[in-house]
Amino acid sequence: MDGGLTDRLRAIAGPENVLTDDDRLATYASDGLLHYAARPRAVVLPGTAEEVRDCVRACAQAGVPFVARGAGSGLSGGALPVAEGVVIAVSRLRRVLEVDLDNQRVVVEPGVTNVEVSKAVAPDHFYPPDPSSQIVCSIGGNVAENSGGAHCFKYGFTTNYVTGLEVVLADGEVVQLGGKALDTPGYDLLGAFVGSEGTLGVVTKVTLRVVPSPAHEETLVAFFPSTGDAGDVVSDIVSAGIVPAAIEMMDALAIEASEQMANAGYPLDSGGCLLIELDGSAEECRARLDEVLNICGRHGGRDVRIAQDETERALLWRTRKAAFPAAARISPHYFVQDGVIPRTRLSEVLRRIDELAEEYGMQVANVFHAGDGNLHPLVCYAGEAEAAKAEELSGLILTACVDAGGSLTGEHGIGVDKKHHMPKMFDEPDLAAFQKLRCAFDPAGLANPGKVMPTPRLCGEVPGPYRVHPLERDGVAERF
Amino acid sequence: MATTVRQEAPDSAADAAALLAEGGRVRIAGRGTRAGWGNVPGDPDLVLRTDAMSEVVEHNAGDLTAVLEAGVPLAEAQRAFAAAGQMLALDPPEDPAGSIGGLFATADGGPLRHRYGAPRDLIVGITVALADGTVAKAGGRVIKNVAGYDLAKLFTGAFGTLGLIVTVAVRLHPRPPEAVTVRARAGDPAALARAAGAAAHHPLEADALDVAWADGTGEVLVRLSGATAASRAHATAQLLELDAEVVEDDDALWAAQRARQRGELVVKVSALATELPRVLGAAAAQGGTVAGRAALGLSWVGLPADDGAARVERLRQALPGARCVVLDAPEDVRAALDPWDAREDPTRVLMRRVKARFDPGDVCNPGLFLVP
Repeated sequence: MDGGLTDRLRAIAGPENVLTDDDRLATYASDGLLHYAARPRAVVLPGTAEEVRDCVRACAQAGVPFVARGAGSGLSGGALPVAEGVVIAVSRLRRVLEVDLDNQRVVVEPGVTNVEVSKAVAPDHFYPPDPSSQIVCSIGGNVAENSGGAHCFKYGFTTNYVTGLEVVLADGEVVQLGGKALDTPGYDLLGAFVGSEGTLGVVTKVTLRVVPSPAHEETLVAFFPSTGDAGDVVSDIVSAGIVPAAIEMMDALAIEASEQMANAGYPLDSGGCLLIELDGSAEECRARLDEVLNICGRHGGRDVRIAQDETERALLWRTRKAAFPAAARISPHYFVQDGVIPRTRLSEVLRRIDELAEEYGMQVANVFHAGDGNLHPLVCYAGEAEAAKAEELSGLILTACVDAGGSLTGEHGIGVDKKHHMPKMFDEPDLAAFQKLRCAFDPAGLANPGKVMPTPRLCGEVPGPYRVHPLERDGVAERF
Repeated sequence: MATTVRQEAPDSAADAAALLAEGGRVRIAGRGTRAGWGNVPGDPDLVLRTDAMSEVVEHNAGDLTAVLEAGVPLAEAQRAFAAAGQMLALDPPEDPAGSIGGLFATADGGPLRHRYGAPRDLIVGITVALADGTVAKAGGRVIKNVAGYDLAKLFTGAFGTLGLIVTVAVRLHPRPPEAVTVRARAGDPAALARAAGAAAHHPLEADALDVAWADGTGEVLVRLSGATAASRAHATAQLLELDAEVVEDDDALWAAQRARQRGELVVKVSALATELPRVLGAAAAQGGTVAGRAALGLSWVGLPADDGAARVERLRQALPGARCVVLDAPEDVRAALDPWDAREDPTRVLMRRVKARFDPGDVCNPGLFLVP
């Protein structure tokens, strides 16, 4: 039944790097979204790009689907195995291959963690995309998901920093998309690949752009009577032409949870808080800081805390980044949602979330990247019995985001988790256009099937090029 | 050869898609600027223009986003955004007719790319008319969004060969207040590149960082904006270690720099930033001028048109690691060489597969691009 595929994988990557027994496969049954699990026939951990290519080739020859996996920290089930398929885990591919600061480029293998990239170019340069999971998540996973993070409002997303990829296509062919230089002639396949959630091939090498570290930073938190007031501050800052490096919001419940874990001494009687970071020249930062403080004051801001040193800055950030794990202190079970709205619709959508929470009798804590309107509602529920109801509430929050002109996901991806929501945002011709791209890369449908698209689709043959028959051209005959 | 080619300017996406579905050879012309870029195509059966799709569909000032039909002239869109103190941070050489659709289809741009990125970095959503007669959209109208495949990037820079761009959703930026420019001169390519490199590696937060080269001498141009622009400019002038001045009224200076991206014969060179001295030297050896984005490794080399094809070939030979794409050029030059500097490799095979899926009949701009 296996057609010798597992043996073939053992020959490629070494027997010790192919896992088939249930105990060890269990580690790979889920990614960061634990309520989906599947058992693959094997997990292979190749040690080189060539081994990845050969593993993909072996899968293609056997007609067996495969799923590439980075650190497995994704939150949409993008690295969920296909039952009886192969998981290609790139966690052994973790070398920094080249640091070329003269050209502001770094070349890494896909298993390198996000934070290691910044470390490799510190202190004069840094790599801006900074997902909260940055100490564990891999660059390969970041490329697959087009990961964001708190500093994306000013600096942009993974896709704005990837200049080159080496990709193994689903048939085992190796292609170079982009490179160290910008603007390779031809289609922007690099742009199409980043964020394709492992469905277009497996990345074996990533070239990233890094940027000079800012000369100065100012980080502050301020507390407000309500999230509406905090939202008004965000709007006023942006309309004043200020582009903060980060602007993050937490509501009362999220503050309470984070405080229990981080003990930053935050007041617990406010409606919401903002963490605002400015960066740039010291002179420009200070000028902007005064403007920001004025705006906060106008909207009832109080208990303003400006980080006095790097330790305090780290504490303010730790408190914000603790919000997800800290939610477990309020409720042992919760869903992390990831929706996007136009920033100006914030108050209205938060009101809708409150109504839904009340209707369902559940608590929803809100954490968001307020600059770019990326909401992370945490839907808390009591236990397995309530899971289905909580998932329903979570889905209705997404509907509210899309109805407000937003998106199903800002940074976590569609994966398996949201594929059934795709028709809320995309119509049939849109999905058919997506499928054209998918089929160009992977006509056999072996790379991470069952993700992104709401229903399974086949590719079919490419019709031959349309040629005008000489009789048609001469007007003698017509085509029907 | 046809004496009169049929022209259509549909006013809706559905009508545009229906025209593409008729088949034949369709020249997607937008508003007709940049018509001389790419291979010399054969005569089309139909010229498709976007003049009748020229509405600013949305300008969401509070969200710093906009949705624009392809036929909107860039200059007109910028006027609308400027009224709210905003801009689309793309600044190709001035051309009153140049449209949004053409800007994205050709991935053109100007000096602001240094700070704000390319068209691919500012597009957040797209609607396209496809050769199968359907109208499809991708992305959305919020600045952060990873739902579905990023077809907006795929169609950006595809020169209309995958379908017609009907609308784009874009991210806007606040219009920077009082800008100043530091201008430093050098007669030696290496010294010029060294100064540009120093600026590129310093956290200046410059809006633009360009080099210009003509007639044996060059300039580094650094534009700074913000409340503290003037004082930062003086620090920047020192950093460059060249004979530098601070220009306060700098609009004309930048218009002239952007104009260097157009000419009788212009080659866009994609290289590493560290190759700048070689690019300057190779351009000078062919009697050329250069406008370059110093930190990005992108240069526009203007060459004399006489004996143009040979000059382009010699430029390419002098820059083996770079890609040299011919933009503005007389037809005989474009016919004598491959304007795209394409390489036959598995990536090009993949590009052909993409083209074959979106436009199997080769209806959209046949013969113009480096595939099929």
